[in-house]
Amino acid sequence: MTAVDSPEKVLFASTTQAFLQKEAPLRYVRELHAAGASFDPAWWRRAAELGWTGLLVPEELGGGSVSGSGVADLAMVAEQLGRTVAPGPLYPVSVVLAGLVDCTESQAHTATIESLMSGETVASWAVSEPGRGWAPLDSAVTATPTDSGYRIDGTKDRVEAGAQSAVLLVVARCGQGADEVMQFLVPTDARGVRIVAQQSIDLVKQYARVHFDGVVVERSAAVGTAAETAALINRQSQIAQVLQCAEVIGILQTVFDFTVQWALDRYTFGRPLASYQALKHRFADMKMWLEACRATTAAAVSDVAARSPGAGLSASIAKSYVGEMAGQIVQGCVQMHGGIGVTWEHDLHLYLRRVALYRSMFGTPEEHNLLVYEAEKAAR
Amino acid sequence: MTPTESVAEFAARARVWLTDNMPAIDPESPPAAPRDDERSWQRARELQKRLYEGGFAGICFPREYGGLGLDYEYQKAFDEESVNYEMPLILNTPTFTICCATLLDTGTEEQKKQHIAAALRGDEILVQLLSEPSGGSDLAGVITRAERQGDRWVINGAKTWSTSAFAAHYGLCLARTTWDVPKHDGLTMFLVPIAHPGITLRRITQLTGSTEFCEEFLDGVDVGDDAVVGEVNGGWAVASRQLYHERRAVGQGSEFSSGAGHEGGHTTPVDYADLAEKTGQADNERVHEMAGRVLVHRAVADQLIDHVYRNVRDGVLPPAAGTLIRLFHSETVTLDMDTAMAIAGAAGVVGEIGEGLQAGLRYLSRQNVAIGGGTNEMARNVIGERVLGFPREYAADRGVPFNQVRHGQTR
Repeated sequence: MTAVDSPEKVLFASTTQAFLQKEAPLRYVRELHAAGASFDPAWWRRAAELGWTGLLVPEELGGGSVSGSGVADLAMVAEQLGRTVAPGPLYPVSVVLAGLVDCTESQAHTATIESLMSGETVASWAVSEPGRGWAPLDSAVTATPTDSGYRIDGTKDRVEAGAQSAVLLVVARCGQGADEVMQFLVPTDARGVRIVAQQSIDLVKQYARVHFDGVVVERSAAVGTAAETAALINRQSQIAQVLQCAEVIGILQTVFDFTVQWALDRYTFGRPLASYQALKHRFADMKMWLEACRATTAAAVSDVAARSPGAGLSASIAKSYVGEMAGQIVQGCVQMHGGIGVTWEHDLHLYLRRVALYRSMFGTPEEHNLLVYEAEKAAR
Repeated sequence: MTPTESVAEFAARARVWLTDNMPAIDPESPPAAPRDDERSWQRARELQKRLYEGGFAGICFPREYGGLGLDYEYQKAFDEESVNYEMPLILNTPTFTICCATLLDTGTEEQKKQHIAAALRGDEILVQLLSEPSGGSDLAGVITRAERQGDRWVINGAKTWSTSAFAAHYGLCLARTTWDVPKHDGLTMFLVPIAHPGITLRRITQLTGSTEFCEEFLDGVDVGDDAVVGEVNGGWAVASRQLYHERRAVGQGSEFSSGAGHEGGHTTPVDYADLAEKTGQADNERVHEMAGRVLVHRAVADQLIDHVYRNVRDGVLPPAAGTLIRLFHSETVTLDMDTAMAIAGAAGVVGEIGEGLQAGLRYLSRQNVAIGGGTNEMARNVIGERVLGFPREYAADRGVPFNQVRHGQTR
């Protein structure tokens, strides 16, 4: 947010903020966890009514951004979500929408797009696979052509909200020599789909392993052509990565701010913690890393929003740096709190869980470092 | 230059002018311009003169002092265009980014007209005479004295760690003018001609063999009232601006710096693909990952400069946040040196320069970036106290008249 934001954007931001403060406080997150729930579908429909799900969808398909840049608007929502590590399937739904609206035959998916926008339907991207790192274009799941469509076989892993989704966007290998990659919309109630919940370190973000055993889909289930699939997958990856980074910014700012306040309020040996140089220096480092996380996330959001040629590299840089440093900052804040910081009662662990989760989803810092090295070498 | 010229138009005009007027270089291996060599300074002044005559000097300095009076965006566009050309980079710091920037903030109209303009023409090099042999980080504790004699000020004392003072024409010299007040309240900043017969200058040899830094002995150096920068006894305010500009410059975030390339020689960034190849590790994924991490941190260092500049301008961050850039730069260079050393392995300590030994040689002076321009520890104090607003550490000399402060175990 800057001083020159439009009234529409300011209103959208304040509405989002008010909704989250009232409807998704940390207490609510703890209640969901206690009930074993990920999110309440009715809650998600109300969130969708605020416009979150339409931001990446062009106006002709019924969506619309607030500022002219749907990615930037969505990143703003993600940052707000981070303040209370809010629940909900915003990212899986957004990533699926990003693929649907960008493919050449997006009109064919109008019904799904509308249903996702309204919050009635939840969808997720089935891209990762068991025992493998981040390689979205490299799939062991296969789609074999049949007379009327495709037959899908194999297993996907770490599918966010998999058990809560009505439809999955599945990355699969296909073509004559199985040398092409395509994406398919697969209903989770289709015959042969088996969903097994996985344990996650987050309190409310739930993941699932999804088995596809001879699942038959119509030809119209394909999202985009084989030729455009790599570009779609790259775009979806970038959206997933920058939204995670944006949420982490919201988390880091919140945790850092309450830890700074703690250092000013807490007295030991007759003086505030904040007056000790040894601690002050650690706070200085954390402040520096926090601003650097902000800087790289803003750059990535801007490049992805503009679909700049360097968007993939920018997203990798941000994902690597934020992934590396977010844990340092939050663990540093735990250290500043002392014993209370490692209790269930204190909220720190809610934030720590989320940043630890995101460190490794959609590419670890180490995986992105390799991508950045390859990009640099290719540019020589 | 028309007042309505867009950044893109300015960049296009610069592109044409650079092609016609400045020597083309390979930005990956720019010509070395060692700061301890007099010839580097002659060369830099010639190049600066060309920039001035071509109308591309001092892009962010006001027009009345010889600059162009444009925004940072124009300077950044020019930096992008000029990266393939030989630029007078060694004039940036301290002359433009610190000394001229501080004169712009605190100097008299005459001082600005004389010195900023002369520097932009390539006629004048300015340095800082701040640190003293008796102390580094405690800058307000300087003991070089300036005394009133008739209508002149007479300065006696010693200064050290002044960058390339041997090539300079003037130095911004911090001296104590009043001794019975707390340390910050008795200081005055003077513009001292380096060629004054009372100044004896000696080069300091660093562990790398470089002799870029100098120490100066001031013995009865007399200057007039026109040499006072800011107020008499208000020297700390001037020094504070220098420190502020220095932190931004050291972090590569000053709009008064022109040209984005490297000075050549030891300041060229590590080329990891080349290092991996030379050390037989071109296909080693572990090496790729380590190098990729450095590339990520380097990219973030650049993004942070832009982020801090905009946020300070918009009032989101306080001006002291420039220190974030300085500290981040130091951390990034440290990571760079350590990673190069790790990848080079044994070739980093025994062998030939260009085959890996350069990584080991650079590693030896790794801490320079964490000490020069104020130490990392001082930077963390600034961030803690002036960005986060944490209480200051207890200081035994606070509020105490300077002549009653202890300066050693015995006095």
